[in-house]
Amino acid sequence: MATAALTRRGMFARPRATTGWWSWVTTIDHKKIGILYGVTAFVFFLIGGVEALFIRLQLARPDGQVLDAELYNQFFTMHGITMIFMVVMPMGVALMNYFIPLMIGARDVAFPRLNAFSYWVFLFGGIFVYSSFFLGGAPDGGWFGYAPLSRTLPGHGMSYYSLGLQILGIASLAGAVNFIVTILNMRAPGMTFMRMPVFIWMSLVVSFLLLFAMPVLAVALFQLMFDRLFGGNFFNPAVGGDPLLWQHLFWVFGHPEVYILILPAMGIVSEVLPTFSRKPLFGYAAIVFAGVAIGFMGWGVWAHHMFAAGLGPVANTAFALTTMFIAVPTGIKIFNWVGTMWGGSIRLTTAFLFAVGFVAMFIIGGLSGVTHAFVPHDAQQTDTYYIVAHFHYVLFGGAIFGLFGGLYYWWPKVFGRLLGERLGKLHFWLYFIGFNLTFGPMHIVGLQGQPRRIYTYPENMGWDLWNLVMTVGAFVIAVGTLVFIVNAVLSRKRGEEAVADPWDGRTLEWTTPSPPPEYNFSDVPLVTHRDDFWHKKYARTPEGEPVRVFAGAEHADDDEHHHGIHLPSPSYFPALAALGMPFLGYGTVYKILPAMIVGAAILLLGLFGWGLEPSVEE
Amino acid sequence: MSTHEVAVEGAVHEEHHTSMGLDNVKMAMWAFLGSECLFFGSMISTYLLYRGRTASGPSPHEIYDIPYTSVSSFVLLMSSLTMVLALAAFQRSDDRQGRIWLLATAFLGVTFIGGQIYEFTTFYEEGLALATSPFGSSFFMLTGFHGAHVTVGILMLLSLYGMSAFGRIEGGRSAARPVEMVGLYWHFVDIVWIVIFMIVYLIPE
Repeated sequence: MATAALTRRGMFARPRATTGWWSWVTTIDHKKIGILYGVTAFVFFLIGGVEALFIRLQLARPDGQVLDAELYNQFFTMHGITMIFMVVMPMGVALMNYFIPLMIGARDVAFPRLNAFSYWVFLFGGIFVYSSFFLGGAPDGGWFGYAPLSRTLPGHGMSYYSLGLQILGIASLAGAVNFIVTILNMRAPGMTFMRMPVFIWMSLVVSFLLLFAMPVLAVALFQLMFDRLFGGNFFNPAVGGDPLLWQHLFWVFGHPEVYILILPAMGIVSEVLPTFSRKPLFGYAAIVFAGVAIGFMGWGVWAHHMFAAGLGPVANTAFALTTMFIAVPTGIKIFNWVGTMWGGSIRLTTAFLFAVGFVAMFIIGGLSGVTHAFVPHDAQQTDTYYIVAHFHYVLFGGAIFGLFGGLYYWWPKVFGRLLGERLGKLHFWLYFIGFNLTFGPMHIVGLQGQPRRIYTYPENMGWDLWNLVMTVGAFVIAVGTLVFIVNAVLSRKRGEEAVADPWDGRTLEWTTPSPPPEYNFSDVPLVTHRDDFWHKKYARTPEGEPVRVFAGAEHADDDEHHHGIHLPSPSYFPALAALGMPFLGYGTVYKILPAMIVGAAILLLGLFGWGLEPSVEE
Repeated sequence: MSTHEVAVEGAVHEEHHTSMGLDNVKMAMWAFLGSECLFFGSMISTYLLYRGRTASGPSPHEIYDIPYTSVSSFVLLMSSLTMVLALAAFQRSDDRQGRIWLLATAFLGVTFIGGQIYEFTTFYEEGLALATSPFGSSFFMLTGFHGAHVTVGILMLLSLYGMSAFGRIEGGRSAARPVEMVGLYWHFVDIVWIVIFMIVYLIPE
């Protein structure tokens, strides 16, 4: 019976290309999809960065003339949407895609075609949102899209927002289901839960957060869509619609989203610090439980985004308390990271610097976050640059630093060549200095009352100097980004070739060649320890010093093993199905029924083709 | 038993057992349904907030026809029974009978949707539209998205029927697994309707 199914053909011949751009369109290899995610997210990072530079140019001097108010609104809105939904989330997903199977000893994710579908939906969703710039104006109501402003703003910008984020959400949801099943079900023999690398644990928590947070955002976005396009009255105060409903739904999604953004970086740092300190992670169980605790407690703090909305003293007090409590598991993690470094044989690589930078900047961002838990204090800070300072310290100093640490750490595994350490360290210091120049002074001008989201400010407010400093800092960050690009290009041409295990690592991805073969592992690994690879490489002397064991340390991967391995075959259908999304999006924004029908037809055709083709073909 | 099912499904997935012992597709379906709970939960919360905000339009108790909706709810509940019978038939390799029950389930689903279209039309004529009031918006969104879920379910049932009829899934047990997955979805959509029926229609103001 099995053979009968294997010889059966889909509607078209299966794509067979393994090189060239068709192979990238039809690939369902988690490693290639991971690279696609990473490259796409980096392109959006550059776009979102250019928007930030324009914002800073506009604010460099009082009464700036670079952007008018309308364009400024579009730029700060798109900067937020881009960095959150098209950079930090997908960059985390890129690393999760590439390394979850490698770190748990699997040959691919549970649903390779669904994985490809997620990527293409994400790409088309991102292009869809950005196309609004050329079609009459981008979203301009802030990334949080507060109603009723968002329902009444003229033009199509916020309609693109409601549908574009919806499309991006579908990608996240599909990815979350995929990663949950992969991590729970595809672990190599012996990879018990408490032997999983912390990055895997954090990916699991993030996937569950996505699974339960995205549908809430979906409902809020549908309500906004009905309000804007079909005469709905969800957020129309004139007939009893409640703007607070939007805020509640948005932040019930929005606060777990904060942890969706930061937890992958925390996972990366928990891999990088032990490796370069040559010590096991201090308090593994505590870090894991703290991560899971954040996953639960993250659902009980959303109203601290709404302290200024007037929810009343009981609600405000309750959410102030939960907000202070959630600092506890985060604090546990920070002590564990410090404990990991303490007494270790530290190697100051670029990846390590970014990880330490993450810890330091995240402490600052975390502490300014705790100050928001005090309701009267928060009332002073709301809508000032103090808030902007806070969330950039956790999302740039935190998430982006962590992600770049992960890029430097895993780059040799992915591309087979190391990134240059000299340029890497230059990149780190430019980022570190530029970042603090940009966002440090925002605390000060914020407390002095400079409002966020306002396109200009008058002279003599006492903000001139700091705003100029911030703009200079932003350009230092930009130079750092250029250094990274140069580093990546040089590494491609003449970077040092990477061995399988360049950092003397602890986890399973370092047992495979760099870059790994399509089938990842010729033999499925048998896991006997946490930090299994380390224990295969080193024994302990009676004094507790590690001694290298040579037998079996380097994995001799000969080509003869893999002939029996059946990998899922490439497929056109995930990309085809995803192509239906922008048609549905444009059709809805402009109320063109034929476009909607075409979109639905493409989607259905893709899904049927997908359902009818066998996943593996000889 | 689930490992056995995976082994039979070996045409698609290599024969390997999963870490948790639960089939991958089934786990994914459960995860997805968990996500759906939040989706409907958010819309139900919105409805509860807005049921009294009728602006100048009709209020819930003026417009609901509870005996009528009870009948269509009963029809949808019965479709869960036929879904169970379809799965049981495929599991004992009685594909022919399984297909009949699939069609019966789809037919009951179509009846429910027909009833919903009639109900929406009636409400519209009586002055309740999406744009009438927050109550109207939240009512049509909640029940409309539920109807859309039933419609997707009907499409999946008919697809299963076609795949079985044209021999794309056959041999009993290999058909039983996709039928079981669609069944999970179908029962979930039915359960959501029970919640909606109670909260939207039965709770007095």
